[in-house]
Amino acid sequence: MSVMGNTTPPPMAEGKLSRREWLLSDRPASRTQAKLGRAYVSWRRFAENRLALIGLIIILALVLVAIFADLLAPYSPTIGDLANARLLAPAWDHWLGTDDQGRDILSRLIYGSRLTLYVVVLVAVIAAPIGLLVGTVSGYAGGWVDAVLMRITDIFLAFPKLVLALALVAALGPGIENAVIAIAITSWPPYARIARAETMQVRNSDYISAVRLMGASPIRIVLRHIMPLCMSSLIVRVTLDMAGIILTAAGLGFLGLGAQPPLPEWGAMIASGRRFILDQWWVAAAPGVAILLVSLGFNLLGDGLRDALDPRSAGQ
Amino acid sequence: MSVASDTQPAPRGRRARSLVKSLLSFLVVVVVTYLGLLAVTFFIGRVIPVDPVLAIVGDRAPANVVERTREELGFNEPLTTQFVIYVQKALSGDFGRSVLTTNPVMTDIKRVFPATIELATLGTILGAVLGIPLGVLAAVRRGGWLDQIVRIIGLVGYSVPIFWLGLLALLVFYARLQWVGGPGRIDVVYEYTFTPITGFYLLDAIIQRDWSAFNNILSHLALPSLLLGYFSLAYISRMTRSFMLNELSQEYIVAARAKGLSERRIVWRHALRNAAVPLVTVIALSYAGLLEGSVLTETVFAWPGLGLYITNSLQNADMNAVLGGTIVIGSVFIAINLLSDLLYRLLDPRTRAR
Amino acid sequence: MSAPLLDVQNLAVRFPTRTGTVEAVRGVSFTLGRERLGIVGESGSGKSQTGRAILGLTAPSAQVTADRLRFDGQDLLTISNAERRRLRGKRIAMVLQDPKYSLDPVMSIGRQIVETLRTHERVSRSEARKRALAMLEAVQIRDPERVFDLYPHEVSGGMGQRAMIAMMLIAGPELLIADEPTSALDVTVQLEILAILDSLVRDKGMGLIFVSHDLRLVSSFCDRVLVMYAGRVVEELAAKDLSQAQHPYTQGLLNCMPKIGASRHPLPVLERQAEWAR
Repeated sequence: MSVMGNTTPPPMAEGKLSRREWLLSDRPASRTQAKLGRAYVSWRRFAENRLALIGLIIILALVLVAIFADLLAPYSPTIGDLANARLLAPAWDHWLGTDDQGRDILSRLIYGSRLTLYVVVLVAVIAAPIGLLVGTVSGYAGGWVDAVLMRITDIFLAFPKLVLALALVAALGPGIENAVIAIAITSWPPYARIARAETMQVRNSDYISAVRLMGASPIRIVLRHIMPLCMSSLIVRVTLDMAGIILTAAGLGFLGLGAQPPLPEWGAMIASGRRFILDQWWVAAAPGVAILLVSLGFNLLGDGLRDALDPRSAGQ
Repeated sequence: MSVASDTQPAPRGRRARSLVKSLLSFLVVVVVTYLGLLAVTFFIGRVIPVDPVLAIVGDRAPANVVERTREELGFNEPLTTQFVIYVQKALSGDFGRSVLTTNPVMTDIKRVFPATIELATLGTILGAVLGIPLGVLAAVRRGGWLDQIVRIIGLVGYSVPIFWLGLLALLVFYARLQWVGGPGRIDVVYEYTFTPITGFYLLDAIIQRDWSAFNNILSHLALPSLLLGYFSLAYISRMTRSFMLNELSQEYIVAARAKGLSERRIVWRHALRNAAVPLVTVIALSYAGLLEGSVLTETVFAWPGLGLYITNSLQNADMNAVLGGTIVIGSVFIAINLLSDLLYRLLDPRTRAR
Repeated sequence: MSAPLLDVQNLAVRFPTRTGTVEAVRGVSFTLGRERLGIVGESGSGKSQTGRAILGLTAPSAQVTADRLRFDGQDLLTISNAERRRLRGKRIAMVLQDPKYSLDPVMSIGRQIVETLRTHERVSRSEARKRALAMLEAVQIRDPERVFDLYPHEVSGGMGQRAMIAMMLIAGPELLIADEPTSALDVTVQLEILAILDSLVRDKGMGLIFVSHDLRLVSSFCDRVLVMYAGRVVEELAAKDLSQAQHPYTQGLLNCMPKIGASRHPLPVLERQAEWAR
């Protein structure tokens, strides 16, 4: 905190304030200040939670590893030394050993982080907006639109997600893009439910009525005034779902329906290591640890976000 | 002053009528959901593939077979007619023939499904029997060491890939320590002496009083059911803890203490009885989760159930079998939802009256 | 005066939190015979925590200290938890604010009343049922047989609070702590509940601590009034002397009550002073 003493605080009418005081002011002078203040309070609550910080660090590490994979990986992820380096045990040359193709497992894990991130981000980018749109429209319109949309949502909710994703991939053909599509199609319904619940809460509030009286169109109301309100609970839910998405994607990879060889997808790596599990157990063990770590990171981060943004359910 | 007949509920007759009404609307929901399930599988099987007939009979089928199947399945009809035929067939349990086994898909499923049910049921029982008390105690001693353990069990359970844990467990407890039986439901030796009757092997062994087979079956069942039990436990204990914390902070708990009840009675009779209402749904969801997780577990343990059947069919592009399996698992999901909803109504007097 | 029913000297309730200790009750002292004592204050003044501390129902994190906390000669601070529990419901009972939340929603009203009785007395099932029905009648429920089998959500707020009173009085306690017992009810029902409470307390010769934020209600219902502010008793006086209240906070509370015919402009506002809280 003391380091910040040098930076000039934003100009304020009533004398000098430290940056902290400015953020925590109960009379914010602008919307930006109010927003920053709220974000600061949430961050403080989040940062008090040590486990959540660990989660954040794991996810940041994942992102950095994915970005700098070229620099970090000591070997090529796809081309191995078949002649000399098959199924080597972990050692100085190969920290995590090598697989049956003579490829360095650590390098494959490092490059695999890109695929994991790719799947997670893409699923979130596809599924969350679908859920948001269905939920807000359903909640705002009400009546038969709501009834029909929620019926469809419930139908999808009642489905076995993994099995449905399997069937979808079976029809679409294996591959990482199709796995993403299959997971996205099966994971939007909870988001729609959340968005609808939030929308119903604010739909009849005075400020939405005020906006309506000013002549705003329903589209504008939903887009500009309702959707932003749903964001925080949606972000929490999406973060908590990330672990599930990673596990599903890895499961599809394990069954040979996700990323195809020679892509270093973690689930597929476990599948190929399975054949050597009795003697060269590290081939299958290492990618599992990577999946476990990243899922754990998202779970810890999601729990922390939920506690910080929604103090009511903290600790439960 | 003493007129105190201001109770709100409807008289018995109206209550019964409203129960019938809610059951009817529930039935409508089930029918619509089931039709939705069929529509989605229809879409997956008939609309997405470039040539659905090839997807069903396989690429290598001769041209006359392809043509005959196309005619038989009414693929020359418009899609809506096809869908009607599809629904009719599905309702009568006709999912076509499997390319892989050449049996009707329904026959195959009847053969393999008990194995899946046996595993999932045992896993859920383990998860509930251990998970509920654990969750209760974690909530009662919030922040204590048991609470931390439940937290860790939950976090790991939510984060670990089940197939990977299964592989490691096989490596350690079967290959290295040899404490348990390996993949499959029973040793090959017994294949000639042991005859399945119900398909639930444990039950069959008891019926036939074949105790050596029983022990063998149990040793095969131990690892996968414990593994599934762990995942069920992780979910159930975490949810129990959260429900219990919620109940224990309610005013009626203060009132129960003011009455002089013992802590034990307050926790297990009052708080848990209230938490049991949403817990029913959690246990049902956990059961459903284990059923669908079977596609991964059964692959790892070579467990000849529906999950393995689906994944084997997938690898052989046997679309009828995949969709048949999907519909069966989906139907069980819907049935479980129905059952848990009914139980919920039974347990909660507040919904009973509605 | 013989030994009082309840003797409280310098009672304090503290809640340690991350940002420091919150002192909910700071040195409250009073004695109580078989009379009706009102404790008045705004929310957060510590009046409810005082009542709960007497019963031993403060949250587990709370620290309760006192120079003296005696009930009928027994030192409540030194007796075991089990002994304390045996007192609760049997000799000291409490009526809570809102029957919608303070009755177990999944247990029928009759069973909840029977439960209190069978916790403290060895009685047969049929005997317990008979006494519960009689108790329901005593709180002026006309159709006890029917209400016995109803669930809390099936009865109105007034009926629920009668059931609550029945549940708390069935074991015949000598001291009843009523924590805002009518605040959650409709105005018309409030008077009925108060009348029932009044006659039961009078008939059985119980002591009553009536916790409320409503000064007028307390003064008309109780013999004596404690006024609490920020965890302290700022004034203690007989109910009939209320108009001669000395403390500016009590006067402020009294002034805030609208009088018919008096000018309503400007609306009186309580002007707080820091030294009240010292």
